[in-house]
Amino acid sequence: MDRLTGIKRFAGVLVGGALLLFTTGAISETAVTEGSKAAGLDTCVAPTADIRRNHMDYLKHDRDLTVRKGIRETQYSLAECVECHAEKDDSGAYKPVNAEGQFCSSCHNYVAVSLSCFQCHRKTPELKSGSDTAMNQGGDFNVESLGLLQSLDKPVSLSRDELVRLHATVKGD
Amino acid sequence: MSCNSDQPDMNRRGFLGKTVVAATAAVVAPGIMLTVAKASSEEGASSAVRWGMLIDTNKCADGCSACVDACNKENGIDLMQRPEGQADEMWNAQRPQWVRKVKLRDKQTGEVSNLPMMCQHCEHPPCVDVCPTGASFKRADGIVMVDRHTCIGCRYCMMACPYKARSFIHQDVAEQLTGAPRGKGCVESCNLCAGRIDAGNSTTACQDACNRDGHQAILFGDLKNPDSEIAKALKTESSHQIRADLELNTGVRYTNI
Repeated sequence: MDRLTGIKRFAGVLVGGALLLFTTGAISETAVTEGSKAAGLDTCVAPTADIRRNHMDYLKHDRDLTVRKGIRETQYSLAECVECHAEKDDSGAYKPVNAEGQFCSSCHNYVAVSLSCFQCHRKTPELKSGSDTAMNQGGDFNVESLGLLQSLDKPVSLSRDELVRLHATVKGD
Repeated sequence: MSCNSDQPDMNRRGFLGKTVVAATAAVVAPGIMLTVAKASSEEGASSAVRWGMLIDTNKCADGCSACVDACNKENGIDLMQRPEGQADEMWNAQRPQWVRKVKLRDKQTGEVSNLPMMCQHCEHPPCVDVCPTGASFKRADGIVMVDRHTCIGCRYCMMACPYKARSFIHQDVAEQLTGAPRGKGCVESCNLCAGRIDAGNSTTACQDACNRDGHQAILFGDLKNPDSEIAKALKTESSHQIRADLELNTGVRYTNI
């Protein structure tokens, strides 16, 4: 009798596991868009399953840290979502992450959740050489804002994006 | 400043410590330095500082709009498009403005003075008092700002502000900067370039622009640090709060008005 229950349980776990694999596999095919930075990365800022389930709570928690307490180096930030998950079109311009079929909207449309983040937040990564970025005023590269010990007359060879990424690596170690 | 105390001078120690850390980091690797420089933003806004501004109206030039333009650019205000068919008058009345130039004329003498007017970052802000949702708040470092996530757009704060410093977004906004979210239905105002300050920067966009044009009318800094440039200037010069009678203890102060 005990043995039979054991087998049943084992079978249950197997079926459950297969179902889980199948469903997560099915989702992962549609979620991360090809041509986005995220497509080339192994994992999100936390295990993918965790992010899928809890990203809204993480983002809400960290947005309060950032807005209310001025803590900018949070693990979860919407700007980082956009930075990684925005896909480029043929001309090399970023598509908005909430556009039809793009990363954010593909899931949220499926589960019928309306996204209000992008009524206020930027939908594409900021262009590094663009004229309308906060850090690029009138062509001056603001070294101080990046905390680099480099002289102004010596041009910085790394892009802001690369610096951010480098910083993340250093911190992670 | 007394040097005879037997207590260690903590400012000096702090300075030496930072210098050693900076020098070590510069020698070890530039990558490490990034972490060191950004360490402050992990702790967030601290009540050990209070950010403020001192504006010398004598140096503020008539007809110059460098600070306003720089502010518009820094905070993505210039990305806003006029809604189709809206009249000039309506657009100019409704578009957000974080800092604006004000011209004062003495009725008796005819003396004219110019000054930039923005959120005065009060210690006791009326906008925070009246906010029904807690969206209008004061950070630990004295910066008064709006949390758009909780702002319901009632505009009580705009009515309460004696400085007319706040703007309401009346229209959908197509494009924003990553560091300056903006959308229909929320109130906003000058946040002393909080994003820049959190990133370890020590100047605001308007100050940089004013300096670049050679006027140097704006001085930004920590009011609580007696060694800061602004604290020293406030100690030596006669400065004024606008509407000092309201006893709001503003963080933005003016000289020569």
